[in-house]
Amino acid sequence: MKYSVFSLFRHSLSGHKNWEPAWREPAPKAEYDIVIVGGGGHGLATAYYLAKEFGLRNVAVLEKGWLGSGNIGRNTTIIRSNYMLPGNNPFYELSMKLWESLEQDFNFNAMVSQRGVLNLCHSDPQRDAFARRGNAMRIDGVDAELLDAHAVREMYPFFDFDNPRFPIKGGLLQRRGGTVRHDAVAWGYARGADQHGVDIIQHCEVKGIKIEKGKAVGVETSRGFIRCKKLALATAGNSSETAAMAGLKLPVESHVLQAFVSEGLKPFIDGVVTFGAGHFYVSQSDKGGLVFGGDIDGYNSYARRGNLPMIEHVIEAGVAMIPALARVRVLRSWGGIMDMSMDGSPIIDKTPVGGLYLNTGWCYGGFKATPASGYCFAHLIARDEPKDVASHYRLDRFRRGYLIDEKGQGATPNLH
Amino acid sequence: MLIKCPHCGTRPVEEFTFLGDARPRRPASNDPASMEQWFDYVYLRDNPRGRMDEYAHHAGGCRSWLVVSRSTETHEVFATVTARDYAASRRKGRAS
Repeated sequence: MKYSVFSLFRHSLSGHKNWEPAWREPAPKAEYDIVIVGGGGHGLATAYYLAKEFGLRNVAVLEKGWLGSGNIGRNTTIIRSNYMLPGNNPFYELSMKLWESLEQDFNFNAMVSQRGVLNLCHSDPQRDAFARRGNAMRIDGVDAELLDAHAVREMYPFFDFDNPRFPIKGGLLQRRGGTVRHDAVAWGYARGADQHGVDIIQHCEVKGIKIEKGKAVGVETSRGFIRCKKLALATAGNSSETAAMAGLKLPVESHVLQAFVSEGLKPFIDGVVTFGAGHFYVSQSDKGGLVFGGDIDGYNSYARRGNLPMIEHVIEAGVAMIPALARVRVLRSWGGIMDMSMDGSPIIDKTPVGGLYLNTGWCYGGFKATPASGYCFAHLIARDEPKDVASHYRLDRFRRGYLIDEKGQGATPNLH
Repeated sequence: MLIKCPHCGTRPVEEFTFLGDARPRRPASNDPASMEQWFDYVYLRDNPRGRMDEYAHHAGGCRSWLVVSRSTETHEVFATVTARDYAASRRKGRAS
């Protein structure tokens, strides 16, 4: 059923008691053309585009927990396409374009809000670096504006502009960036995929991958063996474990990233702002809570919780940028597990195992990439060749020396 | 997370900087034929769930390089030794 003002009106006449579930809960079939492991944002988006754009409907998405229980529900909801390197930015710009038409496309309110993403700079060299990044973005047709301190002051007069250590010199603004309601992205893709015939199977944990003659032919799950012609892994946080089931060792480490939300406040920050002298990013949700985050904790972890020192560090950075935050109370903090890759960029590629496709290494930038990741992964699975804008995200780029290292940190995943 | 430094005693986690898995061994050869070993050493990780030996630099203390044996699942710390002792015990393990 299509959601519209008419369906809303019709259901209001019956007291909203007859809405159908947004997706079915089918039992797994014995065989599918394509099985996607991981019912998070990327897995569901992949299923949606496989069915809708590439006409492949005999598809199952297997999720070990409940739908969207991983990082799609744990992030700080920011979307942007302000990358610099050629291998990255066209991809993220495709994602931004897909965000812009997403709600009409999958007929679901995901609260896409292009409220602007502003990165602050605190020194002349940092401003030069932002000018360079802004120019690189504009070469790729992405909007970027370099603001001076005065222009930033017009937008956010309550920042600590004259901080003696980190004065605010200006910022790089992408007006098309913003936030999206993260859970609704999972729900919208799930509903859209389901309507196109995809089976979404929750509480179905993959325990093993069956390989015959060098080709993946099915998965052992907690709900029995499921045969498939093609197998796609989109299991962020656990990628090393699922890939190990097929005998692969990945250029990935799992790390914990924490995020935070404050008590509800009156309208305070209307865009997304990032501190340039430490790692801190903040926006305000429609409920009024400030949603913010910082760096990963820095040690390998599969625990979906971090330690207190990073909480203190993030909040220190926030207060350095916005002194008024000092009196705001934090309501909740939580953690998610990131696939930190060796160059800070993702992998969307085939693997040495036949019929096995891999989507991993999103570090902590996976949310904004959800639509393009799904689209490009679906393209790869359907046509066995990468989509043009994702053609740099190869698994073998580390062996060949074609790294995409935005931050220039080298093979140190905890620093990306 | 509290880590018991062999020199400084029990200290909080923010005094330490981590450098990943201590198990991979640096290849001995510079021969281009050992390229695969180097690729494995530099880029590939076992990324274990559970017990892991991890390099930690006690930057906020004695500045020694340590190896912390810790669960990546629960953050429980099992043992901490100096990187030197860790390497020595591995050498001994290999000889025997």
